[in-house]
Amino acid sequence: MIIAVIILAVILVWAISNYNLLVSRKNRVKNAWAQIDVQLKRRYDLIPNLVETVKGYAAHERELFEKVTQARATAMTAKTVGQTAQANNALTETLKSLFAVAENYPTLKANENFLRLQEELAATENKIAFARQFYNDEAMGYKITIEKFPSNIIAGIFRFIPEDFYSIPEGEKEPVKVSFQK
Amino acid sequence: MKQTLYDLINKNKWRTFFFIFAFSIILGAVGYVLVNVFRWGTGGYVLFGLFIIFYNIILYYNSDKMALAFSKAQPALINEYPQLHNVVEEVSIAAGVPKPKVYIINDPMPNAFATGRNPKNSTIAVTQGLLSMMNREELQGVIAHEMSHIKNYDILLMTIAAIIGGLIVLFRDLFLRSLWFGGRSRDNDRKGNAGAIFVIVGIALAIIAPILVFLIRAAISREREYLADASGAYLLRYPDGLASALAKLGRYNGKLRNASDATAHLFIANPFGKDRMSVSNLFATHPPLEKRIQRLKELEI
Repeated sequence: MIIAVIILAVILVWAISNYNLLVSRKNRVKNAWAQIDVQLKRRYDLIPNLVETVKGYAAHERELFEKVTQARATAMTAKTVGQTAQANNALTETLKSLFAVAENYPTLKANENFLRLQEELAATENKIAFARQFYNDEAMGYKITIEKFPSNIIAGIFRFIPEDFYSIPEGEKEPVKVSFQK
Repeated sequence: MKQTLYDLINKNKWRTFFFIFAFSIILGAVGYVLVNVFRWGTGGYVLFGLFIIFYNIILYYNSDKMALAFSKAQPALINEYPQLHNVVEEVSIAAGVPKPKVYIINDPMPNAFATGRNPKNSTIAVTQGLLSMMNREELQGVIAHEMSHIKNYDILLMTIAAIIGGLIVLFRDLFLRSLWFGGRSRDNDRKGNAGAIFVIVGIALAIIAPILVFLIRAAISREREYLADASGAYLLRYPDGLASALAKLGRYNGKLRNASDATAHLFIANPFGKDRMSVSNLFATHPPLEKRIQRLKELEI
């Protein structure tokens, strides 16, 4: 009789700690997402300044400025993780084009404001990429905990579901060393 | 067969725990011999033991202030060192830890260290020499290595090693002093041969112990350096930045101005320069640069 009680107690303790583990993991994923969000917003804030600075030297590259501004607007209105990922990856591509064009204007390249923005944007790209990496690590850890036995029992009972990954398009799967400089 | 980062990190962690385990065995053996050879005075040993523990704990809590003061580090202002701050922030995002405080050391020798008792109370310091020598990628590699020390709680680990080491040496000193003043208990005479064996073992341990302690501490330090390399590379998913930085460090031939034995193990490279390197490599707190670069290159991500 006592043995049955002890076994029940052990199972209860395990169940509680497992539930808490799932809760903790889920919140870490949400927190990691918030981190990405912070960096994305920072990037959105830096871009108008960059566009203005480049316009000062290369006013006729209008099409490019349009593309950047449009991509930025799309990214800012994205709702789900998937949408945000896609929109921001597109935005990165337009920024790369913008910096590539800037290479043709030596006076622009020497402009202190431009250099500062370049460093800030490169840093922000890195931070986004690392935040994304960390988010994916957390999302993976959470998913594994949900799927593994015996924690999948608790996960099933309390309906824990995995979070989406922040996907990286095939062409971009490289180490994080974004540099807009040659 | 190439090793993955996970394998390397696991292997290092096991090695470290093995060394600590060996440490504790020695501590236990010395303590056991002493308590059995001298039946009185355990109270005294306990008191001294407690003193060593508290002394080291206080050191641990102030480790960052001390390390910074000693190396004459100054806070690095964000508008003077924007790239450095950006790099530190990037790596702390990748590591999922709060951003450490950033300090700068006015020294042409390239070096960096991390200190602080846990990720929330941590600091990273770099020298002017490091900033001028490394490009952004290499700097990122170095910072990732230092951040890994923080994340792996290496300061705590080295403090524990120092406590255990201190206790072992303490026992040796007390034992030798007791021998000198000839304090044998009645029980010992009754034990006869057994007592003599204890004494011989005790003397042998007393001589070897401090050397062993130092060797083990150095070995732990080296393993944690390898671990920090592997962890840093994993953090960035990219070992080449750090490998390149280490290669550049290898080509530098100078000495750090404010180095000492006490803080040497915190630095990324031996702050005493290449010539001070080891009676034999066993005493070095850092593994040889070539080996570190080689291990990084062999990693599979």
